[in-house]
Amino acid sequence: MEFSVNHPILFVIAGILIAVVLAQSVFFLVKALRRSKQLGMDQKKLKKTMLSAALFTIAPAVAIVISVMILSKSLGLPLPWLRLSVIGSMSYETVAATNTLNAMNETLGASNLTAQQYVTVLTVMTISIMMGIWLVPAIGKKLQKGMQSLSNRDAKWADIFSISLFIGMIAAFLGFVFCDVSRLWTAEDGIVTAIKDGVTVEYSATSGLIPVCVMAVSALIMIICGLLMRKPKLKWLSEYALPISLVLGMASAIPFTMWLG
Amino acid sequence: MKKEMTYLDSVHRDGRIWNLSVMVLLLAFPAAVCVIFNVLPQWNSLLMGLIATAPMYWAVGAIETVTYVPMLGAGGSYLSFVTGNISNLKLPCALNALEQNEVSANSEEGEVVSTIAIAISSIVTTIIIIIGVLLIVPLTPILQAPALQPAFDQILPALFGGLGVAFVSKNWKIAVAPAILMLILFIFVPALNAGTVGIMVPVSALFTIGVARIMYKRGAL
Repeated sequence: MEFSVNHPILFVIAGILIAVVLAQSVFFLVKALRRSKQLGMDQKKLKKTMLSAALFTIAPAVAIVISVMILSKSLGLPLPWLRLSVIGSMSYETVAATNTLNAMNETLGASNLTAQQYVTVLTVMTISIMMGIWLVPAIGKKLQKGMQSLSNRDAKWADIFSISLFIGMIAAFLGFVFCDVSRLWTAEDGIVTAIKDGVTVEYSATSGLIPVCVMAVSALIMIICGLLMRKPKLKWLSEYALPISLVLGMASAIPFTMWLG
Repeated sequence: MKKEMTYLDSVHRDGRIWNLSVMVLLLAFPAAVCVIFNVLPQWNSLLMGLIATAPMYWAVGAIETVTYVPMLGAGGSYLSFVTGNISNLKLPCALNALEQNEVSANSEEGEVVSTIAIAISSIVTTIIIIIGVLLIVPLTPILQAPALQPAFDQILPALFGGLGVAFVSKNWKIAVAPAILMLILFIFVPALNAGTVGIMVPVSALFTIGVARIMYKRGAL
């Protein structure tokens, strides 16, 4: 059979795998919903949670579609479709493909991939990210048991422990938002060159402030939503607060980039 | 008499079956391509590619597992480590859901809520990508329009701004020290950037737990 990166059979295989992953999500959703009924949880509230989760997911998911589009130019459509529907990311897939093709003295996107190049890249991509998918079955239960016994010993500390994990993660991303602020004093003649996804890009000295401004807008909108939500009539805002702050924050990036980029 | 299986036990049993099955299926993809197109990988390049790629991502995967499993809950973890986008989508989604329902992450209600949020997020993501793939021709010029690009480049700041307010405002005492530490590190250490933020999450989490422990012992929380 003659190979092409967009061969129909590749779409069929990717489609089957994605259907299985989708089935897993549906399975766990049904299982958790059944349990919620047994526990007597407020079903109306859970419906709102589901709506909020779905709305919140739209913008990041569209960003993933854009990554699929970019990668499809060099790798065909089925491979990025599958890879970005399971664990992986634009930067990871690019790194894995580049590393493998470099070993064959090829560059990503330079020419049409042969079947052998394709299967080599695909194997590296598949194996190199396969840690969590088996490690969670291997040690997930133990980790959860550890949290449970902590909770049994000292419930208040266990809650603080969980919150500390969340806060720790948020603090790391807060730092990340500020990581390019240093361009203000490292820029030469107002320009900084950096490598992004294997391509050299020029940035202005003030470009590091864009994420900071976007975060500030998003935080401000969340605060406004929080204040509005105190009024009983506007309590419904709670489901939409995070999706609204996400989308408006993203939208604010457009003028900020024009101004500072 | 056989002890009755708890809900959590059954989540772990089902999760193990699902994840290991998906893992086998993912590995079957390259194998199927080999058989269908009658071709073998270029072994030398495969090895070089793996050596250059796998160690770092395996290390990150191991650290992510230990860091994120206690936050995601059991069902959420099995799903998240198959469908990915954990720190930029699944975890924020779960956190928001726990906040809305005012349940502790350590309770069974918390487990159920985070599983529901993560499952919905996974389903919606998969469906949106399917729509994107089906409509790739008409959608490409719209979504890749240069005017929209800055918005998609800034998803993480837009996400953590809102989430940060919701979470930090309720726990500001715990948040002060790690926020200052991370700001100083990320601003002044050039090696810390988008590529290394994943490695800093467990560092920051451990630091926060340490600070919180001291405050808790002193009765400040």
